[in-house]
Amino acid sequence: MFASLHGSGNLTALAFEFSPLVEQTAPHTVAFDVAGLDRLFGLAQDVAGAIARRARETGAMANLALAANPDAALCAARGFAGISILPQGDEAKFLGSLPIALLTPSPELQETLERWGIRRFRDLAALPPLGIAERLGPEGLRLRQLARGEVERKLVPLEEPLHFTDEIELEYPVELLEPLAFVLARLLGGLTTRLATRGLATDELRLRLKLEDRTVHQRTLRLPVPSLDHRAFLKLLHLDLAAHPPLAPILHVRLEVNPVKPRAAQSGLFIPGAPEPVKLELTLARIKAIVGLEAVGSPELVDTHRPGAFQMVEFGRRQTATNDRLPHPRLTMRVFRPPRLARVEIARGWPSFVAAPGVRGRVLEWAGPWRTSGDWWTFDPWLRDEWDMALSDGALYRLYCEPRGWFVEGSYD
Amino acid sequence: MAAATLKQQFESVMGGQIDWKARPAPETVRIGVSELDAATGGLPRGCLTEIFGPASSGRTSLLVSILAAATGREEVCALVDAEDAFDPLSAAAAGVRLERLLWIRCGHNAEHALKAADLLIQGGGFGLVAMDLGDTPPQTARRISLTSWFRLRRAIENTPAVLVTVSRQPNAKTCASLMLECARERTSWQGGVRLLHGIRVRVARRKPERVLTAAFDAAALMA
Repeated sequence: MFASLHGSGNLTALAFEFSPLVEQTAPHTVAFDVAGLDRLFGLAQDVAGAIARRARETGAMANLALAANPDAALCAARGFAGISILPQGDEAKFLGSLPIALLTPSPELQETLERWGIRRFRDLAALPPLGIAERLGPEGLRLRQLARGEVERKLVPLEEPLHFTDEIELEYPVELLEPLAFVLARLLGGLTTRLATRGLATDELRLRLKLEDRTVHQRTLRLPVPSLDHRAFLKLLHLDLAAHPPLAPILHVRLEVNPVKPRAAQSGLFIPGAPEPVKLELTLARIKAIVGLEAVGSPELVDTHRPGAFQMVEFGRRQTATNDRLPHPRLTMRVFRPPRLARVEIARGWPSFVAAPGVRGRVLEWAGPWRTSGDWWTFDPWLRDEWDMALSDGALYRLYCEPRGWFVEGSYD
Repeated sequence: MAAATLKQQFESVMGGQIDWKARPAPETVRIGVSELDAATGGLPRGCLTEIFGPASSGRTSLLVSILAAATGREEVCALVDAEDAFDPLSAAAAGVRLERLLWIRCGHNAEHALKAADLLIQGGGFGLVAMDLGDTPPQTARRISLTSWFRLRRAIENTPAVLVTVSRQPNAKTCASLMLECARERTSWQGGVRLLHGIRVRVARRKPERVLTAAFDAAALMA
């Protein structure tokens, strides 16, 4: 059983909702295989009803025809308004009243048929095949078969366009995130269902909000692994919008997801457990909402000798490198961020007393100075003398002296 | 009621040979310092371990050793840093695999640190969650209610994660399963150009009750 739609609207997307085998014969005409849908919907009338209902929901204005072969369905959809269901074996009778022009014959053939007074399908169908083959050749025979609804062929399937986008025009401007969450939940639910029916998942969500002040607010969420968890997506979008709120009420919401193959991985029995990626993303989003976006990540050392140089990278996005170094206890520093400006008293050429916010004491022991400098070829060079000092407050500190003065960089602990 | 009856019947049959209240000892993991592993038996999973001591007592060196051991076991670790004091350079030199470490910088806010730790534990999947309150003023740390510590303890229970806190004084009290007190025994200054060579840290186990001590050396980065 094949169906055909002819009219206006996104007919291809509509056809793909019912069948993976869709052929587009013309810009406004599609044929698709609906074999097996009777098990889902019932009779052919019910299948046609379901397709027509969905067409109304999507705003498509199209004629619908169901037939045993795609060409008969195509002819009926192009020739008859509304819904047509062609009974198997009676296609010729059903299509008989349609004009020959629907078969799009070549101009010469059209002229010949006009001269013979053949204007309807039934006229052509009634002609003997041998005579047509002798006088009109193979094209004439093909047209006769089409007019009789007897052409058996396979569909030339269309590559499914993998665009998963949904949008909604709001009836009134939405100012708060809570009402918007309902809209997003609906869009996400539909999109994830569509992805699931194709056996796909998503690793990127693109949200585009049209605002009342005629500006556009766009957010993109990238996930570490493909997923279909629409509840997690909703929470992530909600947290992201709470961190980056739109500056005006929202009029229009458009959500697009990037379709990718779902991740299939089998974890080993002896591999330590790791946080479930989507759950981790959600946890990190919640923590970022508390401590700030820049305060969460994984530290990465920078290839420089500049003291304290590192950068924060997104956690879990780096390749895990093997570490040949064996862990061993190291004296670790606790860094004061920012460094604390210190007053250092010098006696006989050496530091004797240190006072800084939270740090105060006589210098009991010291080591230094250890001079470091670098980046002198840039606009941000550094030059400093480092000292390690044990103060009378019981702690060990690292201080440094630079042109701006003395600073306590941190304490050894 | 039915459970109580069953228990009574079972006890009468077994003759009191089974201790109903006994809980299996928690699985432990290596600290990463052999002296301490030998003395304490390691850190218990599903429990709160508290490391405390004054400034420069070796608490952070011990925490970093724990992180190095955990990341070396391919576990995913999280460090909730209340005072933004973590030094990635020292940690990398001590063997911490930074790519397996989630660092949360709470910007001098202990309340944020508690919330973040709670969310991490609830999220699950971490082998070790460390909360560093080492530079948090004692009066601020004392203001953290016992309820908050109890909540963390309940959250970590029945999970394979280790929760470690570092502070100046013991705060979690009854909620901590293991308490380690650090003290600096001595400081080594060596070299032709005088350099800080390292410190020797003495660690005393304060809980469980039996006090055990162990010492280890933490070498400075340039030593």
